[in-house]
Amino acid sequence: MKIILKNVDIIHPEDIVNLKGTSVLVDNGIISKIGELNQAEIRGAKEFDFSGKILVPGLFDMHVHLREPGREDEETVLTGCNSAAAGGFTGVACMPNTEPDIDTAEVVKFIKEQAANHLVDVYPVAAASLGRKGEIISPMAELVEAGAVAFSDDGVAIRTSAVLRRAFEYANMYNTPIIEHCEDESLADGAMNEGVNSTLLGLPALASVAEDIIVSRDILMAEYTGGRIHIAHISTKNSVNLVRDAKKKGIKVTAEVTPHHFTLTDDAVKSYDTNFKMNPPLRTQDDIIAIIKGIKDGTIDCIASDHAPHSIEEKETEFQFAPNGIVGLETIVGLSSTELLHKNKISIEELVNKLSINPRRILNIPIPKFEVGAVANFTIIDPDLVWTVDVSKFKSKSKNSPFDKRLLTGKAIAVINRKKMYADNQWIDLVSA
Amino acid sequence: MALSSRHLLGLQGVPKEDIQTILDTANTFREILERPIKKVPTLQGKTVVNLFYESSTRTRISFELAEKRLSADAINFSISGSSVSKGETFKDTMKNIEAMKVDMVVVRHSAAGTPLYLTKICNSNIINAGDGTHEHPTQALLDMYSIRQKIGRLEGLKICIVGDIAHSRVALSNIFGLKTMGVKVSVCGPSTMIPRDIKDLGVDVIYDIDEAIQENDVLNVLRIQLERKAREYFPSIREYAKYFGITQERLDKIGKDILILHPGPINRGVELSSEVADGSSQIILYQVTNGVAIRMAVLYLLGTLN
Repeated sequence: MKIILKNVDIIHPEDIVNLKGTSVLVDNGIISKIGELNQAEIRGAKEFDFSGKILVPGLFDMHVHLREPGREDEETVLTGCNSAAAGGFTGVACMPNTEPDIDTAEVVKFIKEQAANHLVDVYPVAAASLGRKGEIISPMAELVEAGAVAFSDDGVAIRTSAVLRRAFEYANMYNTPIIEHCEDESLADGAMNEGVNSTLLGLPALASVAEDIIVSRDILMAEYTGGRIHIAHISTKNSVNLVRDAKKKGIKVTAEVTPHHFTLTDDAVKSYDTNFKMNPPLRTQDDIIAIIKGIKDGTIDCIASDHAPHSIEEKETEFQFAPNGIVGLETIVGLSSTELLHKNKISIEELVNKLSINPRRILNIPIPKFEVGAVANFTIIDPDLVWTVDVSKFKSKSKNSPFDKRLLTGKAIAVINRKKMYADNQWIDLVSA
Repeated sequence: MALSSRHLLGLQGVPKEDIQTILDTANTFREILERPIKKVPTLQGKTVVNLFYESSTRTRISFELAEKRLSADAINFSISGSSVSKGETFKDTMKNIEAMKVDMVVVRHSAAGTPLYLTKICNSNIINAGDGTHEHPTQALLDMYSIRQKIGRLEGLKICIVGDIAHSRVALSNIFGLKTMGVKVSVCGPSTMIPRDIKDLGVDVIYDIDEAIQENDVLNVLRIQLERKAREYFPSIREYAKYFGITQERLDKIGKDILILHPGPINRGVELSSEVADGSSQIILYQVTNGVAIRMAVLYLLGTLN
């Protein structure tokens, strides 16, 4: 099947492609021409008019929880991939806190099989230690061979410095990064950010220094071992500064931030609404200012959703007892566009870097090429589309979002990858009959 | 005179006029408590559920007596033997209780924010009887009532709350209520038991108990929790008693009257020496009686006028 994407603006920061109002011919899922098309090329093709829309390399979310195996009531690989496609993503890296954990080659292969026929590429992140217990490192060689792209004890930091050291050293043989949830376990007994709001609300609090301590430790260990550290969901001012300084020294450190950590502060917790409960918790305006600065100057490499589906009954409870996390795949582009692009914090090229190029580079995943003969791996973004978030329309099985009813500007309206297209709630098979 | 809210969730943001109304109304009920027949028909036909998800003897008895003396039908629901152990969600439990047509719910819960959550899922008047380390408004109201009865006013007084401020719902409700009433509030205790950001609430911090005694008109002394978790915040009970315990010797040094409150139950020899606990400067049992009057006032104001 032939499709033509008409009148579209192309932005590819990596290939330095920047074309205005051009056409792209995709035949059988392969890019067959970029530019003006002749009558023969147009004949028989399905046309999509993308005037004013931007075509970018398929977006990639390097931090999602797909809940399968184990909690299929909350999300499956399939529904998670549907949610990713609806949010504008053609690839995701899924975290290992499943039941069982992703700490054997079998679980890595199982997850990849579930996504084998989907538009969205799924890359498992495996546990850094067996059972994420922080005692013995996981079988990293076997996990990499099965398709794992990084290691993380996800949800907790690797427990001891000794195991962290071994994890860095072993993973480094395969040039694979360690992704850390940076939180000092002994300071981790809380439900929201520590500050005047936690005092007013009487909720047990998580001190921001708990994050900073582990970021410091991990940077020092990365320097010592030459390993690669990726800081997941960075949330504090001090941590951003630590990463900036480490990068200046040439230490192999990268960092991601979630949209909620640059959009909301702990003021939101005043409602005791459990959709504002996540870990790391929502911080302060000071932290947001530091994060935006880090996004602008490149200290923060990626934007990731930390998509964390939870069932209604789990979230509909007392704040202290509710699980952490929110679904994010279907709001991440809208929030990034609204808060960063339209508030002139970063350019569209920078946004594409953080939502597509950089996460793939960190995980050693090939970056989609915009050249004739390459597999079409695209996201089409309407940067000016004003829309209202409606959780009831989410493709994710779970609806735990604090952004319901929020007005956003900018949305991914179509994705193409692996000879499939998803647009306007429709799946289109691009394979020739 | 009606209150501005149909619930009592805490004292944060409660206007001065409302606090005044509750304290004045409590005066009337306080007189009734001195009569041979202590019962009035005010809440006849109303049903009040005491929903206690955390064990509490004195607060529950105080509420129950207040309800019964107002002629309300009082139902007790406590965590043992309830549906909680059967895996029912908190929301379902609450919906079921309300389906039996109750008018008011008094709730005690270990999680902060639970009373606010209840206002969102049911229609009854909600009274907070203590939520986690957040608020315990009726305790603060009875403390304020007791001080006003003894000294004659609240405005302009200097009051220090002593003890584990960080893990106390009594402290937070007292801070909100007292500040609204024009009191200069300070807190005193080991630094590990004082929230980092407490000064943002407009209170002073004192680490020297003798200074706290010297500088204030009233001390509201909190109970030190002796269970393991709370014990991690100070080195030893002996050290706490030595540096923060209130003894007669310390009181004798200042050469002036000072009023001492304690929400009970007292750890004798820890936060108060026995001599002080039984001495003339304390009004601890008086507070207990006033507690019933305050709770009658709150139940009456929410149950009949809203």
